[in-house]
Amino acid sequence: MENETFFDMRGIDKDYIMGDEAVHVLRQVNLQVAEGEFLSVLGPSGSGKSTLMNIIGCLDTPTAGRYILKGRRVAELDERELAQIRSREIGFIFQNSQLLPRLNALKNVELPLIYAGVGRRERRKRAMAMLERVGLADRMDHLPSQLSGGQQQRVAIARALVGNPAILLADEPTGALDQKTGRQIMQLFRELNAEKRTIIMITHDMNIAANARRVVHIIDGMITEGGGTGDA
Amino acid sequence: MLKRIRSALVMVGECVRMSLDNIRGSKVRSFLTLLGIMIGVTAVIALISTVNAVSGSLASSFRSMGVGTLTVSVTGSDLKTGLTAADLAKLSALDEVDGITPNVGLNVSSVSYGSTISTELTASGRNAYYFVLNGDMVVQGRTLKAFDDDNATPVCLISAEAVEAFFYGVNPIGEVLYVNGMPFTVVGRYEEDTGGGISAIFTGSPDIIVPYTAALRLNGTDEITSLTVYIADGVTSDRAKSALEDALDALFDFEDDTYTVTSMDSVEDTMQTMMGMMSTLLAGIASIALVVGGIGIMNMMLTTVTERTVEIGLKKALGAMPWQIQAQFLIESFMLSMMGGLLGVAMGVVLSMVLCNVLGAAFTLSGSAIALGVGFSAAVGILFGFAPARKASRLNPIDALRSV
Repeated sequence: MENETFFDMRGIDKDYIMGDEAVHVLRQVNLQVAEGEFLSVLGPSGSGKSTLMNIIGCLDTPTAGRYILKGRRVAELDERELAQIRSREIGFIFQNSQLLPRLNALKNVELPLIYAGVGRRERRKRAMAMLERVGLADRMDHLPSQLSGGQQQRVAIARALVGNPAILLADEPTGALDQKTGRQIMQLFRELNAEKRTIIMITHDMNIAANARRVVHIIDGMITEGGGTGDA
Repeated sequence: MLKRIRSALVMVGECVRMSLDNIRGSKVRSFLTLLGIMIGVTAVIALISTVNAVSGSLASSFRSMGVGTLTVSVTGSDLKTGLTAADLAKLSALDEVDGITPNVGLNVSSVSYGSTISTELTASGRNAYYFVLNGDMVVQGRTLKAFDDDNATPVCLISAEAVEAFFYGVNPIGEVLYVNGMPFTVVGRYEEDTGGGISAIFTGSPDIIVPYTAALRLNGTDEITSLTVYIADGVTSDRAKSALEDALDALFDFEDDTYTVTSMDSVEDTMQTMMGMMSTLLAGIASIALVVGGIGIMNMMLTTVTERTVEIGLKKALGAMPWQIQAQFLIESFMLSMMGGLLGVAMGVVLSMVLCNVLGAAFTLSGSAIALGVGFSAAVGILFGFAPARKASRLNPIDALRSV
């Protein structure tokens, strides 16, 4: 199981039509991720890294190329099946945590389970366990506005993890945080990775990217392997 | 399969909860939005149940007034323009007929007593038989007698209105009223047993009743053109009608179109049909308010979808299926509309109680009106929620998230 490539991108192109011109956002992207990896995609803004994340997260489909996620060709899936993949295989973490302001922390974490059709009691149990895991056992009934930025991002991480997805997909997870809080979040990421969670993190910050075991660079829609930092 | 049903149920339950949260989160706006539906449903229920109540009480007053009677109205032929007293006697003699009351309308230009003059009273000629049936309405003095009919005695009975007009603090019996300049001695006073309200318009008696023969003399004719026939006990209205028609045919030498005989049954039928049409028409007008209310809901839901683009995108990223997003918005608009509908039902019931009270009709809770109101608001919620919900479900999650 350890070495099975369950995530395989080959020759991915993504074009957008802007007026009369086609803009090539991604060009011939090849990327393989093994289970349990902690990968960082490092690139400046406008490099196509957000588009790449959308395609990885099955929010978007490539114009050309082959993307296989857990043995399924994503290009062939319809909207319903994409939603199903997002529900089961992907846990999103956004820059601004993106919690629903009217729901408390626990309810926010429960949200993905609602769409997965998990019953009330089971949902509550799993959400509570996950909030405990990110160190917010005593903040479950707080609204997002009553939490600090770091705590909000922890809730978002719990929400991403609660469905037990194959991949944790984070887009600038520390972008809105101060350095110290950012380091704490990165510490949490490393711990999760140590627990065999597969993490793909997109960032423009070299220092943040350095937390990953493997870093790839993306510039002008093209990927270059940056080699391992740390112990890879 | 079972699992899918279960997950759909989980989803619907959560949608209801989320909708309540959202509605509670923008109380003023939600209230203003559901106001439209509320007013529409109120109008539909109030109109339908009021019309129902009024037509019900009209029908019952018709029945009480018209049981066992036929109304004959004579247009006459060139040779014979009306019925004479002798003709009346012939008709009264029929086995199927218990008695006949002629109804001789008087064109009153003025009624005076001493120096008091009134031009607003109505007068009509009746006969002794009328008081055989309606004797208990006379509260003072005597009724008309057979010799009044025979001799056209200048006497009259007067209503409470006439007493009020002329005899404030005076005993009217024995006083003389001048109707169109002719003297009539007051011999009795009557009070009507009006059911009150609308039915009085249809059952109302004149203010002054004189012997019909005296009325004919005042009109300068001896022909009667309108009469009420009371059917003998145990005779059906149809049988009496055909016997009467045979007799009238003979009197008018079998000429066509010389008279019409109307039974109260047919009047009541016509009345019911009219009321039914009226109720449909009013409900139709009221439902315009419901459509306007529905558009209000659609407008709010479309605004909501735009405002909650990020939320929708986020939910999609978290694995929400298009149908789940659609269900959430549809349930929200459905609930908004239903809240308006239920408030409208309550208001409508109160309003129709008040209206019935004012109109003097007996209020009955119309289950069908309530069902209509609730059903309509549910339909409006789904119908007008559909487009916004669809729009939400089709939002591209990337575009939705990018607008952060």
